[in-house]
Amino acid sequence: METKNIMIVGVGGQGTLLTSRILGGITRKAGYDVKISEVHGMAQRGGSVVTYVRYGDKVAEPIVEEGQADVLIAFERLEALRYAHFLKKDGVMIVNDLRMDPMPVSIGAAQYPENIIENLKKKHQVISLDAQALAKEIGNARVFNTIIIGVAAKRMDFAKEDWLKVIEETVPQKTIEINTRAFEAGYALG
Amino acid sequence: MSKEVAGTTVVMLGNAAIARGAYEAGVKVSAAYPGTPSTEISENLVKYKDELYSEWSPNEKVATEVAIGASISGVRALVSMKHVGVNVASDPLYTISYSGVNGGLVLVAADDPGIYSSQNEQDSRMVARAAMVPVIEPSDSEEARMFIKRAFELSEQYDTPIMFRTTTRLAHSQGVVHLEERQQIPDKPYEKNIAKNVMMPGNAIKRHLVVEERLKKMAADAATLDINKVEYNDTKIGVITSGIPYQYVKEVLPNASVLKLGLVHPLPKTLIEEFASRVDTLYIVEELEPVIEEQVKSWGIKCIGKEIFTVQGEYSANMLRRAILKEEPVIEEAAQVPARPPILCPGCPHRSVYSVLKKLKIHASGDIGCYTLGAVAPLSVVDTTVCMGASISNLHGMEKAKGKDYIKNWVAVIGDSTFLHTGVNSLMNMVYNQATGTVIILDNSTTGMTGHQDHAATGKTLMGDTTYMINIYKLCKAMGIEHVYEVDAFDIEGLEKLIKEETQREEVSVIITKSQCALLKTFVPKGKCVVDVEKCKKCGLCMVSGCPAMHKGANGEAVIDETMCNGCGLCMKNCKFGAISLVPNQK
Repeated sequence: METKNIMIVGVGGQGTLLTSRILGGITRKAGYDVKISEVHGMAQRGGSVVTYVRYGDKVAEPIVEEGQADVLIAFERLEALRYAHFLKKDGVMIVNDLRMDPMPVSIGAAQYPENIIENLKKKHQVISLDAQALAKEIGNARVFNTIIIGVAAKRMDFAKEDWLKVIEETVPQKTIEINTRAFEAGYALG
Repeated sequence: MSKEVAGTTVVMLGNAAIARGAYEAGVKVSAAYPGTPSTEISENLVKYKDELYSEWSPNEKVATEVAIGASISGVRALVSMKHVGVNVASDPLYTISYSGVNGGLVLVAADDPGIYSSQNEQDSRMVARAAMVPVIEPSDSEEARMFIKRAFELSEQYDTPIMFRTTTRLAHSQGVVHLEERQQIPDKPYEKNIAKNVMMPGNAIKRHLVVEERLKKMAADAATLDINKVEYNDTKIGVITSGIPYQYVKEVLPNASVLKLGLVHPLPKTLIEEFASRVDTLYIVEELEPVIEEQVKSWGIKCIGKEIFTVQGEYSANMLRRAILKEEPVIEEAAQVPARPPILCPGCPHRSVYSVLKKLKIHASGDIGCYTLGAVAPLSVVDTTVCMGASISNLHGMEKAKGKDYIKNWVAVIGDSTFLHTGVNSLMNMVYNQATGTVIILDNSTTGMTGHQDHAATGKTLMGDTTYMINIYKLCKAMGIEHVYEVDAFDIEGLEKLIKEETQREEVSVIITKSQCALLKTFVPKGKCVVDVEKCKKCGLCMVSGCPAMHKGANGEAVIDETMCNGCGLCMKNCKFGAISLVPNQK
């Protein structure tokens, strides 16, 4: 199989690393070679973070480059826009409809772009959702990323049972139940 | 979590694979000081604490010496650090190269091309060459596991410490790894050998000859070494490479001939000569400095390297496509968007201390840690950052250059972990040399930036044991400093008064600001801050300290994100109109 490229972008502290672990688990369960590249250290302190997941028969390069992503998962609108050019022509973008002002915007040195999702939709295939609000309904705002994984799962070729199994194996014991519900909610949307 | 059982296949971070390989190699002692991108090695190794010992040492020099001691006693020992840590460790490294080892000794040096989380972009292979230490470099997680086992074997075979060089991309990429059993390596007997182990002039001069011979022998043997691999394909293009760049080469030139070096120092000259003679055009693809290239060129071999490749940042497949194939990948233009630089977290005690320094217009001689982010707008408090511990000695140098009055609107700021790393020496120097100066130790009870590791003043070891907690206050007092204070980092009134007084005092003063890092598992937020929109005058004073949980609403009013707020109350204290209040968390 030709190597598939997934990117997860967001703001340091939003849980991109947990998401990449789940994606690593599902691709491995299917027997693929997989490489995942992450950002640790300083950027995790509220900076722009990106995680690359590549899977296929044999993966060499651990990063996804511009114009190569099949799926781009963005946990925040501005980050979706920042990395939009990484998407393939027929790639799909899943965007959490959340605004988090970066410091240059907070202090008035820059403007947060208007109508990001509308503009992205003009060029790309975009699925947007307010995952935070959904997560709150489910009972914990922090599981928003598992909802997004659920949405993404609909666009990928792995069995639902396998996703649930991997989530069970990956998230902390106490949060399996709520993460499972979050995944189901996202899957229903996707 | 995946179960790490021999015979199974798992997806592992490069650093976890290094730890696994070291475990499988029978390592018995590991020491390290946390540093991105090396930290996870020790954190993963300690999972096997029933079968080995792993510690956080106060700095890389101490860690290296601990590993050297373990090696001399006859067991396999690992020490790991980031590239700049190698500078701190270079004193013992240069000399243990002369003595050699008893049990295998491997030093992991984690370079950071692209400077994701460092103060420079130095290439550790240069240090290894200067120290005459062989270097092994893996190109993915599985090689990390396998090659570090070879590193221990080669260390013992050639009686030398080995540098195991990684980069951020390897350290923080996950890949598929096949787990094996731990080797049962018997301890080597210790035999007293003064000529080998006591490096005084008469012995060292003889050992220098041994080291030169050792490198020559290794270079000759390297031609057939299993971790140096030749892949002959189409011979129009030949590439010599190692580490992560190998993956980019395979992506872009799947049909080229490749000489992939696992041992990058010393180089296998005969193998390289043969490879070069069989390909039409030879490229050398290595991130950072032209370490391989300069040697190959010095042998009169024609090759292309840094003429077309940069010495800065990380490489990528697209970069090689442009440089080698002259192909311009069709890429949509990136959107022009505001940058999102890293910042101090909501509830971070450093922000509180910096807000006071900013108000008092005091300059800060800075150091390495999360609090370096105090240099970022809107705080912009930190004036300088050089290396671990330098804040205090830099301040001292300024005072000696410009006098006691000059230093009265300066302070040094340093974290608790960094203070214990090397800051303590600098403070001793201030006392000894009768300095004037105020040192603020930002004590958040952890090594923050690297992901919350314990240190000598937290009362807990890497092995998970409760231990003696070094008291920083008493330590400063014991040096003879009369004016040492402990103050709550969020007591901004008390802090302001203290800083005003102490910066005017013509003595050494230490102010220890205490408050837990808001990301620690044991941190309990006091509540959440909320804005009373009726009272908000939209003056923006609450936002001057740059809390990421705050932003201006549609009408210019202050808005606090309830999911991000950690309830530190700094915005509330800075509001002159009582528009912000703290709603305590329900018990």
